[in-house]
Amino acid sequence: MSEDAGRPAVRLRDVVKTYEDDGLKVTAIDGISLEIQRRRFSMIVGPSGSGKTTLLNLIGCIDTPVSGSVEVNGEAVGALRDDRLTDFRARNIGFVFQNFSLMPVLSAYENIEYPLLLLGVPARERRQRTLAMLDSVGLAAQARHRPNQLSGGQKQRVAIARALVKRPEIVLADEPTANLDSRTGASIIELMRAEQREQATTFIFSTHDPQLMSFAEDTFVIRDGKLIEHRAGAMP
Amino acid sequence: MITFKIACRNILRNRRRSLMTMSAIAVGATAMLLFGAFMAFLVLGFQTTTVATGGHLSVFRTGYFDYGAGNPAAYGIANYDSVKKLITDDPVLGPLVRVATPRVTLFGIAGNFAVDASKTFMGVGVVPSDREQMADWNDYHLTGHHSDRLPSALRDDDETLGVIGLGLGRILGLCQALAIPDCPPPPESAATDTAPATPDAAPDVAVDISELARRDREPVPARSTSPWPRIDLLAATAGGAPNVVSLSVAQAESQRIKELDDNYVGMHLALAQQLLYGRGEHKVTVLVLQLYHTDDMTGARNRLLALFKEHHLDLEIRDFTELTPQYHQVLGLFGSIFVFIAVIMSVIVLFTVVNTMSMSVMERTNEIGTLRAMGVRRRGIRRQFLMEGLLLGLVGASAGVLLSLIIAAIINQSGVTWMPPGQVTPTPLLLLMSGVPKLIVGTWLGLIVIAALGALVPANRAARMPVVDALRHV
Ligand SMILES: Nc1ncnc2c1ncn2[C@@H]1O[C@H](COP(=O)(O)OP(=O)(O)OP(=O)(O)O)[C@@H](O)[C@H]1O
Ligand SMILES: [Mg+2]
Repeated sequence: MSEDAGRPAVRLRDVVKTYEDDGLKVTAIDGISLEIQRRRFSMIVGPSGSGKTTLLNLIGCIDTPVSGSVEVNGEAVGALRDDRLTDFRARNIGFVFQNFSLMPVLSAYENIEYPLLLLGVPARERRQRTLAMLDSVGLAAQARHRPNQLSGGQKQRVAIARALVKRPEIVLADEPTANLDSRTGASIIELMRAEQREQATTFIFSTHDPQLMSFAEDTFVIRDGKLIEHRAGAMP
Repeated sequence: MITFKIACRNILRNRRRSLMTMSAIAVGATAMLLFGAFMAFLVLGFQTTTVATGGHLSVFRTGYFDYGAGNPAAYGIANYDSVKKLITDDPVLGPLVRVATPRVTLFGIAGNFAVDASKTFMGVGVVPSDREQMADWNDYHLTGHHSDRLPSALRDDDETLGVIGLGLGRILGLCQALAIPDCPPPPESAATDTAPATPDAAPDVAVDISELARRDREPVPARSTSPWPRIDLLAATAGGAPNVVSLSVAQAESQRIKELDDNYVGMHLALAQQLLYGRGEHKVTVLVLQLYHTDDMTGARNRLLALFKEHHLDLEIRDFTELTPQYHQVLGLFGSIFVFIAVIMSVIVLFTVVNTMSMSVMERTNEIGTLRAMGVRRRGIRRQFLMEGLLLGLVGASAGVLLSLIIAAIINQSGVTWMPPGQVTPTPLLLLMSGVPKLIVGTWLGLIVIAALGALVPANRAARMPVVDALRHV
């Protein structure tokens, strides 16, 4: 662990991502190089359409760049075949989505337990960790509820618990508060911040809501697919 | 396990759609099974009738089958008792054989000269008790199959007794004497119309035959005390000379098939031998073997061939399917109808499942993206949707099996009868689910496999989706 300390969680070099849309070529990421430090609460900010989601997808190893290299947790993920890459995600990356994306047929408890099943965690430990996670996001009473019986904020708490329960190296959250009212959004940010501190994980978070940027320890500003500013701490 | 849980819950979640799909599968299974059961009833019923009258295997003198009818003396089996003993004493064959009995088949003219009626006939000389025992064969336990059969009037100890087909009885003017049902008296004009057409020939023949009859009967003391109507049977002996015997018709029996009903004369073996062989050596034309189970037929046949070879017997074997060409025709016809139904049902089931699973994949695109991002491999996604198709198939096919068992039970209880083609008596209609265990398992499994196949295409599409595209789909 200690030898890892100086190594960044994410390292991008000259990453380019283009989309072909009806014959029209859109450059979503236009040559970005950056390093995101471990155990920080980092934020990617920029206006709508600037490429935040695309950047997070590349970091989350669910999309591949046209050129350039992506290194996550020291692993050059471009070299991995699909199954290996999938397993890599299962172990190292937790996702929180804007639209929560919980499994509708599973209860809150089962949704949180699911990543542990994928990792083959033994039943007893799985149960302990799931219950602890439910507790720490304040949903112990809603364990048996299905997503459609939960409020938006509660759903996002379940999603955060689901991302964190496997103790990933990196948690990626793409506009996790965009579908919530500002108060709920603030409480979700606080929760993530607290969890991030407690678990000492790397949190990478995208938003275009200036109200929420104040929590950042590191801020990356992008516009039109280009990194235009990197500053330690929050935007002023 | 989690895959199974998710699959079940998704099926329950889309209750309406799942129900429609499973109903389609169940209806497919039911259609196939009910038809299969009906087919089994027909084929096994046909087999039972055939085997109960003609046995499984017929042993002929080599060549009889092709040429023997023209010269039954040359192609008869002389030492039939020892051949029969050889078979029944054989350690392999003995336990398989239920009845081994000699028979004589012959053709001739039957006349009832009291009313100037005569008709060509097909006669079978049998050992009455063996014939009676054979008639009980019911290896498939077809209830009601033999219920219309009266005990035979043929008796081991009375050679002169015979039975004839209902149709032949009618033709020979024995309706009243034999109490044949549905048998109106012939139109008045018929007798007078035909008489002038052959003014001298007809009476002459009748005189000739009754002459012959008298001549032949003289050595045997006539049992004129018999209460039965008598007919005379004329045939050529082995030597080619005309020969006549007299038969007391004790009974008219339905022969089910019209052609047989209008021609059949059953008589004592000894009488048939006397008619066919006269004072020459009494042979038989065929040795009939009835086995306990049709499944043993090939084994028994092979053993017989080996036995005949070993003892240098110049004999050949035919089984009932060869002697009854309709058997294969019936089997082939129903087989192709079944295949037709099965193909249609399979295609419907396939398309239904493809449609259902495609809709499911579409609706859950975002979920697929989420699962993939969380670390579910492609094959895990594929397995998820395959499992759902499989479950739809499993529940649908099982419901179909259950449904067809219930429908079959109801139909069998209700005592429906029908008139099989070419037959003259109505038969109870049964759906023989017990006769088709392999078909039940096969249909069940087949539909489940088809449902899984139907799920395979959408499942593969789900598995191949790029994660990012799936996630963008809301
Ligand atoms: N699959 C795609 N096909 C075509 N163009 C795409 C695709 N995904 C993204 N883009 C384009 O790439 C650019 C960056 O999109 P991206 O979703 O990363 O922006 P964003 O910063 O996340 O925006 P928002 O704040 O609205 O979510 C946009 O111009 C978008 O239209
Ligand atoms: Mg976005």
